[in-house]
Amino acid sequence: MVEAIAFYVLAAVAIASAFAVVSVRNPVHAVLFLILTFFNAAGLFVLLGAEFLAMLLVVVYVGAVAVLFLFVVMMLDVDFVELKQGFLSYAPLGGVVAALILAEMLLVTGAVRTSAAFTDKPAGLPDGITNAERIGRVLYTDYLLHFQLAGLVLFVAMIGAIVLTLRKRTGVKRQDVSAQVGRTRKQAVELKDVRPGQGLG
Amino acid sequence: MEAELAARLVADLAWVRPELLLVGFVLIGTLVGAWGGDRSAGVLSGGAVLVLIIAAALSFGQHPEAPLPVFNGALAIDGYGAFAKGVIGLAAAATLLLGADRFARSNARRFEFPLLVALSAIGMFVMASANDLITLYVGLELQSLAAYVLAAFRRDDARSSEAGLKYFVLGALASGLLLYGASLIYGFTGSVRFDLIAQAAPSGGIGLVFGLVFLICGLAFKLSAAPFHMWTPDVYEGAPTPVTAFFAAAPKLAAVALLARVLLGPFGELTDQWRQVIMALAAFSLVIGAFIALAQTNIKRLMAYSSIHNVGFALMALAAGGAQGASAALVYMTIYLPTTIGIFAGILAMRRDGEDVETIDDLSGLATRKPWLAMLLTALMFSVAGIPPLAGFLGKYVTITAAIGAGLWPLAVIAVVATVVSAGYYLNLIKVMWVNPPAAPLMPTGPTVALTAGAATLLVFPGLVIAFGWITQAATTAALTSFP
Amino acid sequence: MQGLLVEYLPIVVFLVIAAAMGAGFMIAAGVFAPSSPDKEKVSAYECGFNAFDDARMKFDVKFYLVSILFIIFDLEVAFLFPWAITLDQGSLFAFWSMMAFLGVLTVGFIYEWKKGALEWE
Repeated sequence: MVEAIAFYVLAAVAIASAFAVVSVRNPVHAVLFLILTFFNAAGLFVLLGAEFLAMLLVVVYVGAVAVLFLFVVMMLDVDFVELKQGFLSYAPLGGVVAALILAEMLLVTGAVRTSAAFTDKPAGLPDGITNAERIGRVLYTDYLLHFQLAGLVLFVAMIGAIVLTLRKRTGVKRQDVSAQVGRTRKQAVELKDVRPGQGLG
Repeated sequence: MEAELAARLVADLAWVRPELLLVGFVLIGTLVGAWGGDRSAGVLSGGAVLVLIIAAALSFGQHPEAPLPVFNGALAIDGYGAFAKGVIGLAAAATLLLGADRFARSNARRFEFPLLVALSAIGMFVMASANDLITLYVGLELQSLAAYVLAAFRRDDARSSEAGLKYFVLGALASGLLLYGASLIYGFTGSVRFDLIAQAAPSGGIGLVFGLVFLICGLAFKLSAAPFHMWTPDVYEGAPTPVTAFFAAAPKLAAVALLARVLLGPFGELTDQWRQVIMALAAFSLVIGAFIALAQTNIKRLMAYSSIHNVGFALMALAAGGAQGASAALVYMTIYLPTTIGIFAGILAMRRDGEDVETIDDLSGLATRKPWLAMLLTALMFSVAGIPPLAGFLGKYVTITAAIGAGLWPLAVIAVVATVVSAGYYLNLIKVMWVNPPAAPLMPTGPTVALTAGAATLLVFPGLVIAFGWITQAATTAALTSFP
Repeated sequence: MQGLLVEYLPIVVFLVIAAAMGAGFMIAAGVFAPSSPDKEKVSAYECGFNAFDDARMKFDVKFYLVSILFIIFDLEVAFLFPWAITLDQGSLFAFWSMMAFLGVLTVGFIYEWKKGALEWE
């Protein structure tokens, strides 16, 4: 009962705010609605018992991705009114695609009821073990290869981000601690023997 | 139990020596580059070429009797993967050599280039021997992510940035399709492992077919098979030419090998369901690749449509199904790769005032300016057009035979007609080179591109023609051990 | 399942209180605050100039670089949680598995450092 109410509230808010993301005029509001959608999706994950995923959604998507989005829309010089001009002309085509996907979803949902794989509950571990622990027991051993490859994907992302965006500017004064500390008196001070009445030529 | 699993995983490491070698190279190379800066680009490029060739040789050497699942079934070491990985490694090494040479000549060398190519190659190696849906996705993503960065590598060039962005956005869309399909497949079969999916596939029902089609769409996107090819001409045109050469070679074979693995491994039982989809993809690719190319004036866009057309042949072979189809696709790609690398080496050999030559008109009268280059390019064009006795003809012959063997007559007829049309634009290029009055003089050609173009031509004729019997034999044996 | 939801009761209560207080203040402000707007009062500035320009402007790309690098390490940390929880179960292999993962990312970190991506200039 409580579960059902929680599900419908979360799902309804998630759908409504997802709709708001694409329909509100102000892009900053759109991102805030996106964050609300993420929170509700996290709530749905909790209802499914996937607490670790819910936490990841909050930490990664709300904590980092949405903030990056907010960063982009608040700081980027993009005319969003102009961007939205095409919205109405593309709406019919978009509607057709959405209807197609909906039809597919319904077909698949219909198939779920008849499929054997869905009626078998996964053979879970004994209760009292948290989600994160279950993942931790297999991720680093049974799924070793996937785990390490994920590390490489992150590595490529690091290199890619730097290759594409890092620029060295010239003429900027940087702090270079070792150079600053290593400076000797000879490099810093020059003593001139000034003759009286002649100035520094 | 725990210790036994750990011992098994450690023992499995011996089977991924090629990948480990590449990973080790990338990590050490990153550190070398971090300290050495772009001065170390030359050393790292040379090292990467060497490591890729060693990795290819190590892969060729892996011949377990039967497909050997390692890392808890995440990867399968088998003949098909070994063959594909060998060719992928060599193709990546050749294109890396071309790229390193070009960037060094235009004073734009950065040490990240060989590292990204090596990382992409790791992704391709994983794709070629993926044995579950997660490995499939992570391998594909590793390959693609490095490729997106490479496409935008000349970041001050608007076209290069545009190419990178387009590639990334559409690639992300394709990944979304692929993941949606993978989640449906997991839902309806209860497993991500290919062997377990194969067991559950016959009772999967309509949901599984949906998942399979989504998965194929995602892969077709990465393979640039029509009608999922829209990004290809723009990305090929915008990306720096050596990067385009890289895209046109190794990743195509990796994607074909992965598709063969997915279709014949877990979904071998569902051949009737996927055959029509693959046939449609093949027919569209063959026709669109041949006809739209006729209207192109930019060589790189032309090569993009040419690669779409050629992917159509590989897909036609896969549509034939079974080990024969898989081996025909592998043979076709093995012959196509050196040809396309050779043509790109030829394109890279032509520079005017420090800029790459890009339009077909610029080729005018190449025969008087650089007779040797014109001859090499002519031989390569004849090969890719499928004129006997060059290797390209043998590739087309094998795939068409495979299609006819499976009773796919209409597709074979489409392939023949499309080949005739495509011969039109290759012959037009040859005509421009030999008959038209010469354009402005070109800069002298460097030894690396000349050697690569020459070696590719030697491979096209007579190398691969003589080795053809051996390649077909090896590919067939490989396919038979992998997909019995 | 019921037990699981009960565990989340404090969070639900917390959310309700937060929402009620937020809504309460906004409603209170709307109801009780004196409000008699006229054209001049609601204009951009009661005195001074109208806005010259849009507040949005192109920002330096290095802001994004920092946040992208943050996301990457955020994801790395996400992998650490399940590992930390199961560390006491004594799987040495899992320990070294994570060390290899961290090793790869440490190489990436050194690369960032040496390239100067972490410096603000």
